[in-house]
Amino acid sequence: MPAVSKGDGMRGLAVFISDIRNCKSKEAEIKRINKELANIRSKFKGDKALDGYSKKKYVCKLLFIFLLGHDIDFGHMEAVNLLSSNKYTEKQIGYLFISVLVNSNSELIRLINNAIKNDLSSRNPTFMCLALHCIANVGSREMAEAFAGEIPRILVAGDTMDSVKQSAALCLLRLYKASPDLVLMGEWTSRVVHLLNDQHMGVVTAAISLITCLSSKNPDEFKTCVSLAVSRLSRIVSSASTDLQDYTYYFVPAPWLSCKLLRLLQCYPPPEDGAVKGRLVECLETILNKAQEPPKSKKVQHSNAKNAILFEAISLIIHYDSEPNLLVRACNQLGQFLQHRETNLRYLALESMCTLASSEFSHEAVKTHIETVINALKTERDVSVRQRAADLLYAMCDRSNAKQIVAEMLSYLETADYSIREEMVLKVAILAEKYAVDYSWYVDTILNLIRIAGDYVSEEVWYRVIQIVINRDDVQGYAAKTVFEALQAPACHENMVKVGGYILGEFGNLIAGDPRSSPLVQFNLLHSKFHLCSVPTRALLLSAYIKFINLFPETKATIQEVLRSDSQIRNSDVELQQRAVEYLKLSSIASTDVLATVLEEMPPFPERESSILAKLKKKKGPGAVSVELEDGKERGECVNFNPKPQRTSTPSPSADLLGLRSTAPASGATPSAGSLLVDVFSEAGPSATSAGVNDDGFLRFVCKNNGVLFENQLLQIGIKSEYRQNLGRMYLFYGNKTSVQFVSFNTTLNVQTKTVEPLVEGGAQVQQVINIECLTDFIDAPLLNIKFRYGGALQNISLKLPVTINKFFQPTEMAAADFFQRWKQLSQPQQEAQKIFKASHGMDTEVLKAKLLGLGTALLENVDPNPENYVCAGVIQTKAQQVGCLLRLEPNAQAQMYRLTLRSSKDTVSQRVCDLLAEQF
Amino acid sequence: MIGGLFIYNHKGEVLISRVYRDDIGRNAVDAFRVNVIHARQQVRSPVTNIARTSFFHVKRSNIWLAAVTKQNVNAAMVFEFLYKMCDVMTAYFGKISEENIKNNFVLIYELLDEILDFGYPQNSETGALKTFITQTGIKSQSKEEQSQITSQVTGQIGWRREGIKYRRNELFLDVLESVNLLMSPQGQVLSAHVSGRVVMKSYLSGMPECKFGMNDKIVIDKQGKGGASEEAAGKSDLGGSGGGGGKQSIAIDDCTFHQCVRLSKFDAERSISFIPPDGECELMRYRTTKDIILPFRVIPLVREVGRTKLEVKVVIKSNFKPSLLAQKIEVRIPTPLNTSGVQVICMKGKAKYKASENAIVWKIKRMAGMKESQISAEIELLPTNDKKKWARPPISMNFEVPFAPSGLKVRYLKVFEPKLNYSDHDVIKWVRYIGRSGIYETRC
Repeated sequence: MPAVSKGDGMRGLAVFISDIRNCKSKEAEIKRINKELANIRSKFKGDKALDGYSKKKYVCKLLFIFLLGHDIDFGHMEAVNLLSSNKYTEKQIGYLFISVLVNSNSELIRLINNAIKNDLSSRNPTFMCLALHCIANVGSREMAEAFAGEIPRILVAGDTMDSVKQSAALCLLRLYKASPDLVLMGEWTSRVVHLLNDQHMGVVTAAISLITCLSSKNPDEFKTCVSLAVSRLSRIVSSASTDLQDYTYYFVPAPWLSCKLLRLLQCYPPPEDGAVKGRLVECLETILNKAQEPPKSKKVQHSNAKNAILFEAISLIIHYDSEPNLLVRACNQLGQFLQHRETNLRYLALESMCTLASSEFSHEAVKTHIETVINALKTERDVSVRQRAADLLYAMCDRSNAKQIVAEMLSYLETADYSIREEMVLKVAILAEKYAVDYSWYVDTILNLIRIAGDYVSEEVWYRVIQIVINRDDVQGYAAKTVFEALQAPACHENMVKVGGYILGEFGNLIAGDPRSSPLVQFNLLHSKFHLCSVPTRALLLSAYIKFINLFPETKATIQEVLRSDSQIRNSDVELQQRAVEYLKLSSIASTDVLATVLEEMPPFPERESSILAKLKKKKGPGAVSVELEDGKERGECVNFNPKPQRTSTPSPSADLLGLRSTAPASGATPSAGSLLVDVFSEAGPSATSAGVNDDGFLRFVCKNNGVLFENQLLQIGIKSEYRQNLGRMYLFYGNKTSVQFVSFNTTLNVQTKTVEPLVEGGAQVQQVINIECLTDFIDAPLLNIKFRYGGALQNISLKLPVTINKFFQPTEMAAADFFQRWKQLSQPQQEAQKIFKASHGMDTEVLKAKLLGLGTALLENVDPNPENYVCAGVIQTKAQQVGCLLRLEPNAQAQMYRLTLRSSKDTVSQRVCDLLAEQF
Repeated sequence: MIGGLFIYNHKGEVLISRVYRDDIGRNAVDAFRVNVIHARQQVRSPVTNIARTSFFHVKRSNIWLAAVTKQNVNAAMVFEFLYKMCDVMTAYFGKISEENIKNNFVLIYELLDEILDFGYPQNSETGALKTFITQTGIKSQSKEEQSQITSQVTGQIGWRREGIKYRRNELFLDVLESVNLLMSPQGQVLSAHVSGRVVMKSYLSGMPECKFGMNDKIVIDKQGKGGASEEAAGKSDLGGSGGGGGKQSIAIDDCTFHQCVRLSKFDAERSISFIPPDGECELMRYRTTKDIILPFRVIPLVREVGRTKLEVKVVIKSNFKPSLLAQKIEVRIPTPLNTSGVQVICMKGKAKYKASENAIVWKIKRMAGMKESQISAEIELLPTNDKKKWARPPISMNFEVPFAPSGLKVRYLKVFEPKLNYSDHDVIKWVRYIGRSGIYETRC
């Protein structure tokens, strides 16, 4: 690089900058800048041409003003002129101005490109470098278009200087990142890969960045780089610290290059060639060995460089996950770092260990460090390191050490930093559930959790504990007792009250024998918390009270008194008021038998994916969730059915606990109470077995939403459904036509299963709600499978649920011109589906119209020139996309035939709707 | 309720920090500095809300005064207090500058303790404050004096102490107005209003009862119906010298008074009666929008000659009695941002292109009424690749005229002092009218 000559000092610029720095206020600065801008404008406008030096000076000033945050709207031409100068400094300033200030759509870009082209072909290495830097800095699409072909040539040309090669590689990398479609490596690939063999270490370093980026996109094309990289790496690793001269950094040979090589290797699986692999393993071993050697220097740079390589090597080992020996060694090495003075090292060690813990080979090795990690969790000063320690504990937890780890995490929770508490709580909850051998331990843990960090316990956590208690008979008594004890604390968290209310409401009878927890004591305890709680909790407590009435008739008077009080029955909150009124009525009108049925114990919950785990997954990226829980949920390919508990009457937020609160008062006898929290219902009739799928009812529902889907001697199934955009809700009514109970009543959808209350009283009707979301277009309708026992005989009915693609139609009104324009747009053969068929019903105009409207489309009048024809338009709303759909139905009255034509933007949709509709006329 | 009060210098360093309530933490000091003083974009709103904390600021030269609160306070009250605070500080140590604030560090804290109590503004009348906060150091007061101060501060007339004596009873009234205008290039008034103040400086003995009268339309109309004799007497007394003349009464849109004015009496009879504080005070503030005498008319003519040249011609006409003289006239003609050179010719005064302000500034020392003057300029432009058109900001003007553009006249100011034996006639009274330009702009 040419030395800065004496005349290049640019005194004017220095004076200007110091003036600005001396400005006392912003206003003064703006004044000074305005003055300078006016000066520069008059200079540029001036008649006599400026010499290169002053041009450079003024362009420099403009650049400085721009960097201070002011708008510059002139001087571009002068900067472009500087590009054609032969002086390095002038050219440099010109390029600097352009890379900072010229936006890509400037009209000057052509001139600039020309100047760059000249410099690239100039054979002067400094000029070439300047041009390449400018291209990389601007990095716009136009630049890529103009030079993407040129730069690879420069990069691989034999006669290019090393420094230019470096610049070219990095420039290409930048262009590739900005517009990957324009950089076509094709023919250059192998030559670029061979740059790894270049004599010059700088070129290799630059090239490897490019290769890493390219190979992460097309790994196959660059496969050959693996062996080259390995040999390069082994050469570096085995070299003595003095061999590489300029590239030795504090006695570490080429640390940056080594790191990049190791990172490149992480893009590929372990090499298959035994020799290459052996060499690589040898390298990795050498690196691990070197970490054990005493440091060659006390300088921090030395250890930083060494450790950088080491950590990169360890991530490669983890990536391969196939060498038990190396994995264990890596783990031991990290174990040493766990107690290192350097905070950053401890952090990195904990982070890497998290990934090591999930490997089967090193899990045991990681576990040996448990004491250190727990210690780190307790004593570490930096919160981010503590967080990593918590992650690692979570990752290394298994059945053998769960109790210890959970206990440690719980005790840490009391002092934990606020920012990580919620996550800690979730982790404790998951570990406790996953490795619970003894469910009383689980209950203890979670209750402790709520006690210690109630604010951070999300809904999911306490839902889960209730699900588990309900599903496991063996812990119910213990849970009731523990909860009762926990509630006796003078101040307890609202979540504790929720759990307490729920569990005592269900299983309070299990501990009622003890005079210290007699029914009235339980009730008073709960009610003492009532006034401190928020509305949803109060609502839950009210439900608990009504359950108490069922469990302990002796408390009835007291509870009715509470329900009758103005603060409940006239509560301003609708939900509370309604509960109070309904429960009061229920308790006073219904007989004990009815009460017992309505307020029966909750049925077990269906096993599903832990909602907590889902929450943690949502909250955290990878690493946090290395533990897999049973994945019970399968999603439907196209339609997503979520049988949800029915929520009638008031859709207030307090109904949220439904997610788990799936039973509750429900029975045909007391519709008012039944309307509260009905999840599952039942009612079905006597013998009738039908094998195979019953779909004659199905087609009737293409054009209508309500009706009877199925009926036999035993059972009638009615349907009511409503659709809006891509969402729908379906109410299924199961009517028991007999007077006898159905036992083991169970409905199953092929998409998702959910157990149902197994007993069904005779003579009544029960309702089930299904929420439907259309994800993409589909053909097959979901299957509903109903099983029940009627008088000892197992009944099995399979039905197609009448959910068809046309349900998600959204009518579209359009004028004739619009319609035909769109009709023409959809002219490709696969977009059209046509059918000619004989009419099976009468050809009454009104009936046809009603059917077409029932289809969900808009019936367009006065569009078709022939008034006999029907024309419809609509958009099918799915979650993935919207499919526009046009329909034309041409009846031929004489021949009693129809011609149906459908055009839509998706071929499968046209075909399906056409098929469905053809059956209808 | 004000939670705290901070004073910063232009660099954002805190000079004074007084926290009145616990909800304001130390970080509030930094929040204001980072988000307002050092903000990337200049903050123009005087109220800034940062993290549920409100910052009200006023700026005096290079000094920032910021009141901080977490509550939903009356913003007008806070600003009134801040302005009062400025007045008090000016009264104690003159100009508000970094130097002065640093030198009167202790005094300011003392003042802040006195005029704000737990965030509630207290007596901020300079006269009253000066009786017990002095700059002369601690002077032990006798019991008598102490009780006097107590009774005065807590008494009904907190702004004036008893026993004031002057040999000459004198009284000065200043009517200060600023006239604001926005005019279209064709000479159509788009908006105009006058905001004025009546400032009174009194050197009167005892506890004088004063009555102030002006040509307020409501009062004049009422008196026109009742007896007209009193009006005649008052008018001969203190008739002002108006520029436009001819106007009998003016309509005042809204006005506010100094705390010494008895508002009940004003509401009932529209008469302004009061016992003035000793020394200077701002008796009233008002605003009018109707029948404003516009002292100057600006007629702009801008012609774009091609892409690189602009010709500007501006004529100003003075529009008041030829016997009066306007002073300190300054016309500011904005120039485009790509100006590369300017030539100016003017008939009167001096004109100069100020590149640092992107404007041509034309200054005239004096100008009599009913005259006109003209300036013409040629502006050369540098062609830019920016497609934006020049926004043509308005031409603005500054001046000072010796009459009230609103037409307000002082009709009388009567002084009664029943206890001491001097009568209204013995008081020497002075009245002065000054009209200044506020934002006086004409679009071009």
